[in-house]
Amino acid sequence: MRGTRRNTIRAAATASLLTLIAAGCSSPAERDENTVRIAYQRYGTFIAMDSLMNRVKEEFEADHPDVTIELVPIEAPAEDYQTQVNLMNGSPGEAPDLIYEDTFTINQDADAGYLAPLDEYFDSWEDSEYFGEQEAEAVTSLDGTRYGVMLGTDVRGLWYRSDLLEQAGVPLPWEPSTWDEVLDTARAVRAEHGADVVPLNVYAGTPAGEVASLQGFQMLLGGTEDTLFDEDSGRWVAAGPGFTDALEFVWTLFEEELTHAPQDALDANIGTVNNEERFPAGDMAISLEGSWATQSWIEEANRPWPEWEEYMEFAPMPTRDGRGEGVTSMSGGWALSMGAHATDPDLAWEVMTYALGRENAVGFAVEGGQIPVRSDVAEDPGFLEGAPMAERFAALVDVTGFRPAYSEYPRVSLAIQEATESVMLGETTPEEAALTYTRELESIVGPENVTDGS
Amino acid sequence: MGASGDLERGGGDLSRPRAERSGGPGRTWSRAARWAVPMGPALFLLLAFFAGPILWTVWASLTDAALTGARAARTDFVGVANFERLLTDVRFRDATILTALFLIGSVFGQTVLGLVLALLTRARHGAVRAAVGAIVVGAWVVPEVVAGFVWYAFLEREGTLNAVLGFLGAGEQNWLFTAPLLAVILANVWKGTAFSMMTYSAGLSEVPDDLEEAARVDGASPFQVLWHVVLPLLRRTLATTLLLITLQTVQVFTLIFVMTSGGPGARSTTLPLLMYQEALRMGDLGYGTAIALALLVVAGLFSIVYVRMLGKEERR
Repeated sequence: MRGTRRNTIRAAATASLLTLIAAGCSSPAERDENTVRIAYQRYGTFIAMDSLMNRVKEEFEADHPDVTIELVPIEAPAEDYQTQVNLMNGSPGEAPDLIYEDTFTINQDADAGYLAPLDEYFDSWEDSEYFGEQEAEAVTSLDGTRYGVMLGTDVRGLWYRSDLLEQAGVPLPWEPSTWDEVLDTARAVRAEHGADVVPLNVYAGTPAGEVASLQGFQMLLGGTEDTLFDEDSGRWVAAGPGFTDALEFVWTLFEEELTHAPQDALDANIGTVNNEERFPAGDMAISLEGSWATQSWIEEANRPWPEWEEYMEFAPMPTRDGRGEGVTSMSGGWALSMGAHATDPDLAWEVMTYALGRENAVGFAVEGGQIPVRSDVAEDPGFLEGAPMAERFAALVDVTGFRPAYSEYPRVSLAIQEATESVMLGETTPEEAALTYTRELESIVGPENVTDGS
Repeated sequence: MGASGDLERGGGDLSRPRAERSGGPGRTWSRAARWAVPMGPALFLLLAFFAGPILWTVWASLTDAALTGARAARTDFVGVANFERLLTDVRFRDATILTALFLIGSVFGQTVLGLVLALLTRARHGAVRAAVGAIVVGAWVVPEVVAGFVWYAFLEREGTLNAVLGFLGAGEQNWLFTAPLLAVILANVWKGTAFSMMTYSAGLSEVPDDLEEAARVDGASPFQVLWHVVLPLLRRTLATTLLLITLQTVQVFTLIFVMTSGGPGARSTTLPLLMYQEALRMGDLGYGTAIALALLVVAGLFSIVYVRMLGKEERR
C-alpha cells in the first residue's frame, strides 16, 4: 500500500505541476503601470490618427521620461478594426488603455463592460467647456454615462470635379436641388465625356460594407420621408415608398450606366481607388462621399494631390424633390475612450487629454478631414486655413442624421447592402428588393419590432 | 487536476485483469502509475489543446456568446436556439450548397490531376520526376495568402488571363466577378494537386510490375491495365487521400477570403467564410460556433460517403 500512495502522490504532484505550467502560460503578462497602450485604426487613406498618435507618443514621452506609450495601430477596415479591438478587450491583460472608438459602438462596448466611465475626469477637465451638447450626446450611453471624448465628426455630400462638369455644360457652382438634377448632371457628363469618365459614384453592394449602407443608401433615404428606425415607437421601419425610391436611384445609375461597371463597384477597395486615383486622374466626375475625402489629397497623404483645391468642389446632397430642408447629410464620429481595465486610469486620462488638446485637435481635424468638435478648434486660424471647405461642411451639421445605434444595426445594415447589391446587379427590381429587405428585417429584429411607419 | 483523475482511472481499468492475476490491488495501482505518469504530459496536452477547444465550441454553440454588447458581459445558455436558427437561415442553406460544390469541384479536380500526374511521371527519368515534382510541390509550399493573391492577379479584369485572352481576341472580364466559385475551385485545385500527386506516386510505387505485365501480355490496353489492375490496387491510398483532401478543402478560408471575400454578393461564401462573418464581423460567437459544428457535419457526411463507397468495393 505504501508504494501505491507514493505513486499516487507522485502522479498528483506531476499533474499539479503541469496545471501550474499551464496556468503560467495563460495568465496575462504582468502589465507595467507606466505603460499606456493605445489601439487605433490605420487603414487606406486614413492616416491622421497614426500621425496624431506618433506625435503624442514622442512629445509625451519626452515630457515624462518614465512613461512609455505603446501604440497598437490596427490595419483593417472599420468592421474588422472593431472586431480586433473587441478581441483585445476580451482579455484584461491584452486590453488597450485607450481606444480609438467609433461613437456608434459606444453603447455596445459599454454594455459589454469594455469601457471606463469618464464623467468625473471630464467634469474636472478645464477644456471641457469647448465641447458642445452634440458631442456629449454622441459619447454618452443610453444610461447617461459618458464613455469617451469625441475627436471629430463628419458630414457627407457630393464631391465633384468642377472642370469635368464645366466641360459638360453644367453651370458652376453646381447646386443640385433634387435627385433628378443630380441624375441629369450625370447624364450630361456621360454624354460629354463618354466611357472615359465615371459620371457619379454612389457606394452600393456588400464588398464596400458599411460605406455602402451609410454613405450610399442612407444618404438617399435621408432625402425621403422614410427612416430606418422610428424613435417614437422604438421600432424598426419596414421598407416604405422612400426606401424603394432610394433603391430606384441606385437602379437608375446602373441601368443607365451613369456610374461604375458593377464589377468595379463591387471591388472592396473602391473607396481608396476613387479618391487616390480616379478623382486626381480626372476619371470620375462626382462622388457621394464623406467630408474627410481631403485626407487622400493633402500633403501628408499616401499620394498627395497638391492641386486638389483647384479641381474639387463640394455640394450638399439634395433631398429627393427638394422638400424639407432641401439638403441632407449623415454623420458619424470617432472618440477616444478609456479601457475598463486601464492599468493607471489617471495616467491614461492625462495622455488622452494631451491628444485631445487644442494643438493636436487642430492637426487631427486638418489631416483627417474632420469637422472639429471643440469650439476653439473650429475658430482656429490653423484649421480654417488647412480646411478650406470647413464652412460648407459646418452648414450641414444642423440637418445631418445619425445611424440608429442599436445592437441589431450591423445586421440591418447588411440587409441594406444586400438590397443595393441585388438592385445594382439588376437581379431584382427596387420593389422586390424592398420587399426582401422587409422580410429580412422581420427575421432580424422580430416581426413585433417592425412598424410600417404610419 | 481533472486530467490526472481521468488518467489514473483509465490506467487502473486497463491493467486490472493482469494485475489481479499477479497480486493485490497495490500492484495494480503501481502499474497504473508507472503507465500513467510518463503518459501524463502527452495526455494533458491532448486534452487541453485538442479536446478543450472542441468542447468549448460545443458549449459556445449552445449559448448566446457575443464579442460585444450586454451578451459579452453576461452570456446565457440558450439551448438549441442557434441550431434552430441555422435551419431557417437562407444564408446558411446557400453556403452549405456552395461548400458542397466547392468540395466536389476541388476534390474531383485534385484527384484526377494528381493521379494523372503521378501516372505520367511514374516510369520517367529521375530528372523529369524531380522537375515536375518541384514545380507542383512549389504550389503546395506557397502560403495560402500568396497563392490567393497570385490567382487574384491572374484572374482580375486587368490580370494576366485577360491579357492572354485579349491577345487571342476575346473581350476582357473580371473572372472573379463572373465565375467566382469556379475561380476559387481552380485556385484550390492548383494548390492542392501536389498533395494528391505525392500520395498517389507513393501508392503507385507499391503496385507490383509483374501484375501489370501479366495483364499486358494477356492483351489488355493501357487503359484496361489502369482500370482493372492499377486502380484497384490503389484503392486504399485513394480512400485515405480523398478523406484527407476533403477535410483540408472543407476548411479552406484564406484562399477564398483573399480572392473574393465570399462575393460578389454571397456567391462564393462557403461555410468557413459564413462562420467568419457571423462570429467576427457580426460578433455573434454563439451562432458562429454553431456553423462551425455544421461544417463538421458536412465534412463527416462526405467522409462517410467515401468510406461506404470504397468499403463496398473491398467486400466484393
